[in-house]
Amino acid sequence: MDFGPYLMLAMLEGAVLAAVLALMASGLSLVFGVMRVVNVAHGEFYMLGAVMAWVVTQFMAGLGGGAAVNFIAAAVLAPLIVGTIAAAADITILKRLDYDPERVIVATIGVLYIIQQASLMGYGPDAKPVIAPFNSRIALPWFEFGEEGFQIYFPWGLSTTSYKLFVIVAAVVLLFALRLFMTRSRAGLIMRATQLDGEMATAFGIPVERVYAIVFGAGAALAALAGVLIVPIQQAHYLMGGDALLLSFIVVIIGGLGSLAGTVVAAVIIGMSDGIISVFFTPTLAKIIATLAVALVLVFRPQGLFGVKSR
Amino acid sequence: MRHASDVILTTEALGKSFDGLRANNDINFTLKKNRVHALIGPNGAGKTTFVSMLIGRLEPTDGAIWFDGKNVTEMPAHRRVAQGMGYTFQITSVFARLSCHENVALAARRRLGRNRAAVDEAVARALGRVGLGERAEEVAGDLSYGHQRLLEIAMGLASMPRLLILDEPTQGLAESEIAAFKALIRELSSETTILLIEHNMSVVMELADEITVLNFGEILAHGTAAEIHANPAVQAAYLGTETADAED
Amino acid sequence: MTRKDLITHLGLIAVLFALHFLLPTYHHGIFARVMVLAVYAIGYNIAFGYTGLLSLGHAMFFGAGMYGMGLAAYHFAIPALPAWLIGVGCAALLSLVVGLLALRTQDVSFMIVTLMFAQAAYLIILYFSEFTRGDDGFVVPSDMRAIGPWDLSDESTRYIVALILFSGALMISLWLVRQPFGRVLVALRENEERARLLGYDTGRRKLASLVISGTISGAAGAAYAGLFGYVGASFAGVQYSIFALLWVLLGGAGTVLGPFIGTLFMFYLIDLATEVTEAYMLIAGVALVLLTLFAPQGIVGEIRRRLWKDLP
Repeated sequence: MDFGPYLMLAMLEGAVLAAVLALMASGLSLVFGVMRVVNVAHGEFYMLGAVMAWVVTQFMAGLGGGAAVNFIAAAVLAPLIVGTIAAAADITILKRLDYDPERVIVATIGVLYIIQQASLMGYGPDAKPVIAPFNSRIALPWFEFGEEGFQIYFPWGLSTTSYKLFVIVAAVVLLFALRLFMTRSRAGLIMRATQLDGEMATAFGIPVERVYAIVFGAGAALAALAGVLIVPIQQAHYLMGGDALLLSFIVVIIGGLGSLAGTVVAAVIIGMSDGIISVFFTPTLAKIIATLAVALVLVFRPQGLFGVKSR
Repeated sequence: MRHASDVILTTEALGKSFDGLRANNDINFTLKKNRVHALIGPNGAGKTTFVSMLIGRLEPTDGAIWFDGKNVTEMPAHRRVAQGMGYTFQITSVFARLSCHENVALAARRRLGRNRAAVDEAVARALGRVGLGERAEEVAGDLSYGHQRLLEIAMGLASMPRLLILDEPTQGLAESEIAAFKALIRELSSETTILLIEHNMSVVMELADEITVLNFGEILAHGTAAEIHANPAVQAAYLGTETADAED
Repeated sequence: MTRKDLITHLGLIAVLFALHFLLPTYHHGIFARVMVLAVYAIGYNIAFGYTGLLSLGHAMFFGAGMYGMGLAAYHFAIPALPAWLIGVGCAALLSLVVGLLALRTQDVSFMIVTLMFAQAAYLIILYFSEFTRGDDGFVVPSDMRAIGPWDLSDESTRYIVALILFSGALMISLWLVRQPFGRVLVALRENEERARLLGYDTGRRKLASLVISGTISGAAGAAYAGLFGYVGASFAGVQYSIFALLWVLLGGAGTVLGPFIGTLFMFYLIDLATEVTEAYMLIAGVALVLLTLFAPQGIVGEIRRRLWKDLP
């Protein structure tokens, strides 16, 4: 393959990663934005989403459902289950810590290991696949100005699948819906009021504790949804949360903690550059550069690359 | 030498803006040695902004601060304290989980270092002066609010500053405690310079050798207690906010 | 240092020395390991327990010591003691650089920055796998594992060397927290702004604390390489950073004896768990949650609160 088509392929792969990352990171960002706590177990909710997708599709297949039906069931049930688990963790653990930022971090590290190790016990150490609801190969065209002038052709190997395109579209739609929900709906307004000033919100009769539990659950559900979307491409494995957590940290920090728009922009940049950088460098080097870059962003520009100084 | 020998601190055209909002504007302020100087003004007049700049908690937007002949405008807070400034917080800010003794010892040790006997003596004296001598071993967080305020002052004393800035020291004290506080300040005024930010007018009128009034971030008036008392501009500024003041 | 302090801590050292003659082989080996790892925890405790710097990246300092020592012995045939010093030096240097950068941030940002630096350090070890042997790690050549006539791979020598190292770290940390410097660290933890306005240069002291902490952690890592003969990337991974946090929290953050007690308990707990299940880290997770919820003071911290007020 020539360089041009090769780059386009890398960008397509990058776009899929960016889509999944944007969903997952916006969950982390939502939780930080409203509750001012960092959820270190976020990657495990993503993993749990993928694992639950496998569980649900297995169960549905036992009932004789088709791939598409099974997948839809997984996409609905897995985030619900994971969100409920997260909300329960919020009520039993985080609430009792008064949402003290440092103690929440330590406790969610604990939650991380509990979920991860429980999955190892219940689900096992192997990676397991989920069948995509549709997965037709789509050949992509390329053009060049050759001796015969402008021409379009289909290079061998330059293709994607309908499912990958679906992931990108689904993420865009979901993120738009999330944005509309936060800016237009009453529930979103309540969440943003809680974000601005918890005490004031309490004074105005907003049930802050319930809002927190819902937000924490919703954040986890977004991660789980990202997990469901990725599992037909990547398979579900009990250790898949670690890298995902690191990447979402990177995205959220570069985008500015708590800013949804910044998160999405950063996800696109990180996802795309990860895809493109891995064409030129090894993935390890790409990760080294990304982690160091994030550390330095936090040190020298804590509001993120796209955020504005809050005070 | 930037200022006359009887002056310890001056500010020149000191100003502070927050996001375009002018909190302090063109403040030219002079503090004479071994005086009790009170800084008063209605709520929101910019008193806390002003003293925060003096001690180095806030960076001024413009102007300069001179302390004891040195330009300290760019100096970090901890070095200003090492130069001889002391500051007690408006909101009580003791080390709540440490003993009273350790609270004051932390203040004394910076000056006295490893000399344990000297530190212990300085702590005992500072605690004794504010009347907390008996409570040295109690955990600071367990003290009553009034006692925590006194502990805060003891920490200020133990660092032996040449200028002691007291931000609303009598807030939350009982009447009897206020009387004791007044006596303490009178005693101290022979040893050090005191800048007193105070709401309680009886304390100000009784203690202050000089008074500066801030209003809307600017100096409104300056003079002795009697002069300030008679100043129509001050009366006007206070009349508008008297009710608000009475509330806190 | 009061006499009571000295008696308590020297007493622990004496007990550990007596155990050298009493413990059955298996537990003798575990205790040697626990003592070295407790040094790591002691180092972590100076930053986290006494100064309030919650780092999630201390494995990079442990790893710097381990790789500094191990690579010097493996590639350059430098004998154990000078190699150990190289390891300690690497950790000191790394903690200085990380401190200068990371201490510009606070609280949650500080945690994430240290986590990111440690992750980068871990990935760097993997990336230069030709030099570091990557994921597989390497065995420190046995002829380098000796100090003069003493063979460090001998179990008896190993225990004694571990005890010497542990005693040194314990006494240093006891001395440190009774010093005016140590008192200021506690003041920083309790209320940094107040300490600053008492005239303390808080930035410099936090840096000093982190460098001391990182150096002691590195000394443990370097000793681990020399005593147990294996150097591997997993020791520099995020899990080892969390272990330090877990041990110190369990034993009691901001107590001198806590790190040892926490390391000992958790090591045995996980050792028992591995016999039952491969998901042994479940214990660590549950312990972290329970500790933050119900016993944030840890074991020794609770003893201090209830029984013995001036335990250091």
